[in-house]
Amino acid sequence: MTLRDHAIRYGFIVLLFGLVAYFAISADGFVSPQSAVFIFQSVAITGVLALGVTATLVVGGFDLSIGSVATSAMMAAAYVMVVLEQNAFVAVVVCLSIGAIVGLINGWLIVYMRVPDLLATLGMMFLLVGLQRIPTEGRSIATGMTMPDGSVANGKFSDAFLALGRHRFDFFIPNLIPVSVVMLLVLALLIWFFLEYTRFGRMMYAVGSNERAAELAGAPVKAYKIWAYIISGVFASIGGILLAARLGRGDIASGNNLLLDAVAAALIGYAVLGAAKPNAFGTAVGALFVGILLQGLTMMNAPYYTQDFVKGVVLVVALVFTFALSGKGRS
Amino acid sequence: MIGNAVFRVEGLRKSFGRNEVLGGIALDLHAGEVTVLMGANGAGKSTLVKIVSGVYERGGGTMTLAGREFTPGTPAEAIRAGVVTVHQNINDGVIADLDVATNLTLDRLTGRGAPTLFNPARVRREAKAVADRMGLAIDLKARVSDLSLADRQMVAIARALAHQPKVLILDEPTSSLSSAEADRLFALVDRLREQGVAILYISHRMSDIRRLADRIVSMRDGVVSGAFDTKPLDYEGAVNAMLGRKIHLDRIVARSSARAVMTIEGLRIGQGAKPISLTLGDGEVVAITGLVGVGKTALAETLFGVRRPLAGTMAMNGKLYAPRSAGDAIAAGVFLVAKDRATSGIVGGFNIERNVSLPFLRRMSSLSVLNRRLERATARRQIEQLGIVCRSEKDEMSALSGGNQQKVMVARWMAQNAALFILDEPFQGVDISARRDIAAKLRASANGRATLLFVTELDEALETADRILVMSEHTIVGEHRNADIDLDRLLAEVAGGPLHSAA
Repeated sequence: MTLRDHAIRYGFIVLLFGLVAYFAISADGFVSPQSAVFIFQSVAITGVLALGVTATLVVGGFDLSIGSVATSAMMAAAYVMVVLEQNAFVAVVVCLSIGAIVGLINGWLIVYMRVPDLLATLGMMFLLVGLQRIPTEGRSIATGMTMPDGSVANGKFSDAFLALGRHRFDFFIPNLIPVSVVMLLVLALLIWFFLEYTRFGRMMYAVGSNERAAELAGAPVKAYKIWAYIISGVFASIGGILLAARLGRGDIASGNNLLLDAVAAALIGYAVLGAAKPNAFGTAVGALFVGILLQGLTMMNAPYYTQDFVKGVVLVVALVFTFALSGKGRS
Repeated sequence: MIGNAVFRVEGLRKSFGRNEVLGGIALDLHAGEVTVLMGANGAGKSTLVKIVSGVYERGGGTMTLAGREFTPGTPAEAIRAGVVTVHQNINDGVIADLDVATNLTLDRLTGRGAPTLFNPARVRREAKAVADRMGLAIDLKARVSDLSLADRQMVAIARALAHQPKVLILDEPTSSLSSAEADRLFALVDRLREQGVAILYISHRMSDIRRLADRIVSMRDGVVSGAFDTKPLDYEGAVNAMLGRKIHLDRIVARSSARAVMTIEGLRIGQGAKPISLTLGDGEVVAITGLVGVGKTALAETLFGVRRPLAGTMAMNGKLYAPRSAGDAIAAGVFLVAKDRATSGIVGGFNIERNVSLPFLRRMSSLSVLNRRLERATARRQIEQLGIVCRSEKDEMSALSGGNQQKVMVARWMAQNAALFILDEPFQGVDISARRDIAAKLRASANGRATLLFVTELDEALETADRILVMSEHTIVGEHRNADIDLDRLLAEVAGGPLHSAA
């Protein structure tokens, strides 16, 4: 391999370690278990969404509705527990169902109604942003809120549900690792194994690369595409559950950044190890990269309003790595 | 002759990394002559064309056009200087989403002096002039994406000719044309030759070459291995120079089959077409030939389950066979090497190994988890079996020559045993030696299945098949055992009965 190949392959990983080394030297307390956990926690929800959208990228699609699926799931969880006074299990089932159903509709629109993926999921995004406000006439959901008909909602978030956002597992240090981080790691492993080592994952890559060839090799291409959107929807709704559990209320204003952050993580993932294609490992590293960068900058007292700019720079650099340097963008 | 070369190449070199593709090519093109360039895939023809047409930078040597140095930095510069190339890949020559008229006049929309405003009426007028000049009978308002491959090719060539070139390079222009369309192209080449255009014609087809060549230049391994310009031309010598060995046509020993594998009864694949009935036997290789657009691909797709017949039944080993998808067909043991590997065969993101395993992932996995060791072993075995030239099974498909890519496509479907093995135009864009390899492999492994080939080229059928069927107007019109064939009758059947002859 030439130097250039090495640069493409390991450039981003080297950058990641360089970043860690730099922050370790210049920011006090950056290298500590608590700091590491904080970084993971800060990227857990976007990471889960990013893993989901990776599945749609693999089949050559895109899902812009993930952010609104997550916030819809969050609002639904709050509504089920606070207004309908149901338990945590029902809330989780409702959320996951919303994700699956939205994914199914996205897939149906794209595969059978032939709406281009970006447009279909953009439409779905608007639809959900509006829909999640209708039951409460645009208000956030919290215990004791007044409903449109004048009654008071007396339900509350169950402890079991809140534990999803607040419980921490012991890991050498007591109360170290939050549930959301464990969830991120488990889902990352799961989707990575699915894409790399099962025949379904392999066929999804084939569909993304040459749909007709995959079809003539006997693959039910339509079903694969629809399943990709269902995976994306379900992952987004898991993100929504974690968000609701962390906030403890159905906050109409939260989750604005989820879509962009998740998409950025997945696209940064293209550059990791010179893959030049969507991949689960890259997505996880991409999410982590953004998390480390933001945490480091915060600890060095960079103002919060520079964050989006920094994320944008990272994304652009990663895309240059992927498309210009590896030459795979040309086809 | 040497004195009046319009276009001259001397000592042309090109390397990619350490791999030398052209090792000092010398080539003269004369005004009013057709120079045929022959070479197996990988001989460096495409690289030569790309340098001359300004796509690649040359590594060394000189090029002169009409006595002046010719150093095109971009394809546009080459065209402006009067060197026009029609590339083999048809879709490079046309823009699918625009209509025919705009495609024909596309190059007038750019460059110095082009009008700022797009005037549809003028475009249509100019396009009509271009189309009339070469007798193009295509609706100028049709979108190119709606045209057949053959029509697109005609548009691409017409577009190139709109430039009034001094030197015209045609890279395998007839590979997807029917013989009627090819005749139209030949007539056009004749006319251009009379007008004094120097033409470089790249082809594998002996019939084209015999029809057109004034001179033949053979290439092998990046150098000119033979030049022939004394009439009558030594075609056999040219082929030998290209292959570097004496080719001998093995006469096929036609076999016949005792046991029927696939029986087709009253199958209708087109509106108003006569029904097809035929039987394909175990161990026999059957070729179906016919012009482009007579329904060969439709029949292949019907057998493979991606198209429904209008009427009729198919039976496999005596049992009703009615596939509803490619998946059904594959499960029943009917495999198809589809036409046009780039769009319907190769998965570009996958290496050789993954391309080979694609249809049989289920059989190569347990509990849906892939058995990568089995996958690699299969790929290695298939590479060896078909003699695919590559460094390893991890090579990207884009690193392979056309012939080797096609071998991978055939290898993919030969990895498992088929009951009926269908190949639709398996020799398209494949050099002669790879074609012989594939044909030999098909014949050697024919026992235990029925093999069905769809080919437009009669030579390919004669070289490969035990039995040759002729298709015309979506039905079978003739059948021949490949032994002492009555070629006149066969050709008459190919040419078709009442094909618009009433008019």
